[in-house]
Amino acid sequence: MQTIDLATTPLRDLNAMLQAQTDNTNQTSWEIVNPKGAHALAVGLDAPIEVTVKGSTGYYCAGMNKQATVRVTGSAGPGVAENMMSGTVIVEGDASQYAGATGRGGLLVVKGNASSRCGISMKGIDIVVHGSIGHMSGFMAQRGNIVVLGDAGDALGDSLYETRIFVRGTVKSLGADCVEKEMRPEHIEILRDLLERAGADASPEEFRRYGSARKLYNFNIDHAGEY
Amino acid sequence: MCGIVGLFLKKEELHPRLGDLLTDMLITMTDRGPDSAGIAIYGAEAEGLKMTLQSDTPEETFAGLDEILGAAIGAPVSLVAADTHAVLTLPGEAEAMARALLAEKGIRVMGVGETMEIFKEVGLPKDVAARFDIRSKGGSHGIGHTRMATESAVTTLGAHPFSTDADQCLVHNGSLSNHKNVGRVLSRKGFGPQTENDTEVAACYISSRLAEGLNLGEALEGALEDLDGFFTFVVGTKNGFGVVRDPIACKPAVMAETDDYVAFGSEYRALANLPGIETARVWEPEPATVYFWER
Repeated sequence: MQTIDLATTPLRDLNAMLQAQTDNTNQTSWEIVNPKGAHALAVGLDAPIEVTVKGSTGYYCAGMNKQATVRVTGSAGPGVAENMMSGTVIVEGDASQYAGATGRGGLLVVKGNASSRCGISMKGIDIVVHGSIGHMSGFMAQRGNIVVLGDAGDALGDSLYETRIFVRGTVKSLGADCVEKEMRPEHIEILRDLLERAGADASPEEFRRYGSARKLYNFNIDHAGEY
Repeated sequence: MCGIVGLFLKKEELHPRLGDLLTDMLITMTDRGPDSAGIAIYGAEAEGLKMTLQSDTPEETFAGLDEILGAAIGAPVSLVAADTHAVLTLPGEAEAMARALLAEKGIRVMGVGETMEIFKEVGLPKDVAARFDIRSKGGSHGIGHTRMATESAVTTLGAHPFSTDADQCLVHNGSLSNHKNVGRVLSRKGFGPQTENDTEVAACYISSRLAEGLNLGEALEGALEDLDGFFTFVVGTKNGFGVVRDPIACKPAVMAETDDYVAFGSEYRALANLPGIETARVWEPEPATVYFWER
């Protein structure tokens, strides 16, 4: 295992090392110590490597991730796993605002809570939050799944497209055009798989599903006041 | 952007380290705002009133000022100068007379109080902290700010913290949108702002509500009702420390609490070197939720 100490190694050097790994690398296991809230840690990775960050990170940790598994043992600042393409990002603590924003693929797991705007404008990523999520989560979310074992804040799924949102606890309020939908067998299967992959101890039957009412897809003169 | 830090010490043993800890926290936030920086320190209680002054020509302005003021008000006045600032200590009842004399001489009053001293200037946090030797200052709590100006000019008076009443100060990350109107209303109540800065209006607002008899928590609840715009505020009073974020909460904030302290930072980086942070309770303050501590 490679251990990199950010107290002595510049952040850019670390990211360059991680980004230089290829599909065939022998250096598949990395540990980063002393992150102390640094920004843009382990961003732009594109290799099947495992990176463990021992501590808490700042803005945009594991952004644009492809293939890699990035684990943060503390909490993550704003924009963790932003625009992730594939791979897995696991935050053992809490995640700040817009976790997984615009993500196109892969799995983001937050073991604690995620704050506001979780999964904003996501386009295919799966996000599983063991705790609760803040307001405006799933805003304009287009594809993928958001799974919340705790509660959801205000305006969940506002202006939602085709992302599925599963919440076990309470929803403070639904955003415009977001509605509760029936749980069909295929949704139970999707949820069971996500819960298992995220190491979440919960039964899919305990969740409710929310999705788009698809009323905002086309301009409707009778709804002019709502746009 | 802007960066905010705050530290409220629960244990007296840490008091001598306040300035040192706050300085490190603020320097860490330099890249959130390199235009100007400021720190308010709640230090030892003075025998009388402390007035923190600022002058662009400190050497000539502060030379002999204590004697001139002392003779004018007929009471002993002490003065400790540091770079462009000086802290005067004088009997509380002489404040009005001192203010009139200082205004005549074109000397700015940055803040007054029994414990609060306030230092702010244009420049990087590390330079501003060094000029005023903030590291050497002990105290019970303090707040700091490093500014990226968006809304009014980069000047000493536009730097944070803003102090608009005795032992009160406020720092802000964000921008208000109804400060002109709120400022007009406050002017009629005698709490009008002195600068064009939006943050000063928030400080005036809190001062006006505290003067009505509200406690710090109630005053911050009021800010959620009456102030519109983006804000994360950290507020200091003589014995209190408060935090509130607007309902949208796009301006970042992290807090940490141990048996020894409550700390605030715009980012976790600002808290990462505090003693015992590894085992502290660290959380993101909720939107539209008031947090405050009083001793």
